[in-house]
Amino acid sequence: MRVTANREVCVGAGMCALTAPEVFDQDEEDGRVHLLTDNPLDEQRDKVREAERLCPSRALAISG
Amino acid sequence: MAEPTSSPATTHPADEIPMRRGCPMRPPAEYADLRANGPTRMRMPDGQPVWAVTRHRDVQAILASPDFSADNRTPGLPLIKPEAQEVLDNPTFLRKDPPEHTAERRTLIPEFTLRRVRRLRPGVEHATAGLLDEMLRNGSPADLVESLALPLPSLVICQLLGVPYSDHEYFQTRAGAVLSRSSTPEQTSTAYSELFAYLDDLLTRKQRHPEDDVMSRLATEHLKPAGDFDRETVIRMCTLLLAAGHETTANMIALSTVTLLERPDLVAVLRDQPDKRSDVVAELLRFHSIADVIPTRVAVRDTEIGGVTIAEGEGAIALLAGANWDPEIFDVPERVQIRAGDQRHLAFGYGIHQCLGANLARMELEVVLPAMFERLPGLRLDAPVAELDYKYDGVVFGLHSLPVRWETPA
Ligand code: SF4
Repeated sequence: MRVTANREVCVGAGMCALTAPEVFDQDEEDGRVHLLTDNPLDEQRDKVREAERLCPSRALAISG
Repeated sequence: MAEPTSSPATTHPADEIPMRRGCPMRPPAEYADLRANGPTRMRMPDGQPVWAVTRHRDVQAILASPDFSADNRTPGLPLIKPEAQEVLDNPTFLRKDPPEHTAERRTLIPEFTLRRVRRLRPGVEHATAGLLDEMLRNGSPADLVESLALPLPSLVICQLLGVPYSDHEYFQTRAGAVLSRSSTPEQTSTAYSELFAYLDDLLTRKQRHPEDDVMSRLATEHLKPAGDFDRETVIRMCTLLLAAGHETTANMIALSTVTLLERPDLVAVLRDQPDKRSDVVAELLRFHSIADVIPTRVAVRDTEIGGVTIAEGEGAIALLAGANWDPEIFDVPERVQIRAGDQRHLAFGYGIHQCLGANLARMELEVVLPAMFERLPGLRLDAPVAELDYKYDGVVFGLHSLPVRWETPA
């Protein structure tokens, strides 16, 4: 699984960091999404999918 | 577009939206039919035709769509209450589209991140304890709205923005007028301009003597010439934060109290299982869906939503309580229950306009609800649930007051 985050559309709601804190963080400076890894572990996949569905600005994309 | 008619707030034609709740503890019963039907043509109080959107997936689709405008200045945007022209012409970023919306929201994102909100938590705990101390000193009975539900979010947003809490009566009454559907356009506009003048003055003080707060950062970093925004834009940003920070959380605290008083099992969860507090709060947010009627939109091009085409220029209202009570998503929606880890509710809206203060609001609720039940033993209502003073006239649903009693040591 590969994750990408489009920081240009991110509205900083932080649903991703709330849902999968091992994979997503909010940038200390601008509050927008910051990927901790683009290749989540197997056990993180469900949370990452959930985060992708919850993201209100559809900033997250998953492939593979 | 139909001629605007001024229908008194008490008459409700069957096809008028927003509808009055029958039971205050649930969305209007008609939403079930609307969901079955899909997007449905109805009318706003001023007579304007509008698509009522209620299914979870349709509400999500419309609020995430770039094909709809939230801007007051886009012709055809449905109005949930009559507004004066100058208010419509000068929206806050809640009622603007990208790129203006993006620039203003981005400036404020760092102030409301999870990390920042976690840092605010000890202050919120302290403020909660202080208000509860005062309630205990003044003794039972009390109005919970006046003594806790309203002052807590007010203290928090004041501290965050850098607004002196001693002025809270002044801006609370104005924020109340702005958010009441019984206010005339003149009353709303007067309330707005008084809030504006107050914040204008305060901004000048922040420019001279900046402190560690949002208004000072806006004054020193984001206001022209150092930053990108003109004075009016900055003041309107502050107006929105001040007004939104108050009423919404206050209404959630009061309504949640009513619900929890009937559910000692959930009070026990709040007390004994701190890791489940976020689930209880998410469920209360879903159940009450107080911002139900806020997200109105207008199509900027023909767009298909839920099997119908919403044509360019046609208005829509995305009913959050409709989505949050969609049985396809939430099993037995009328039952308040722990839905572990489920954050699919749309109580904060969805899309780029999703509530900026959501993390803060959740944290405030997670702090205040358990603390209140812990500190006020034997808490109970001092009036029947059916006779409480509900905000049927609110842009946001809630309670004007909440009489409560508790046991005092003999
Ligand atoms: S959930 Fe989406 S909008 Fe929110 S911070 Fe994460 S990427 Fe950004």
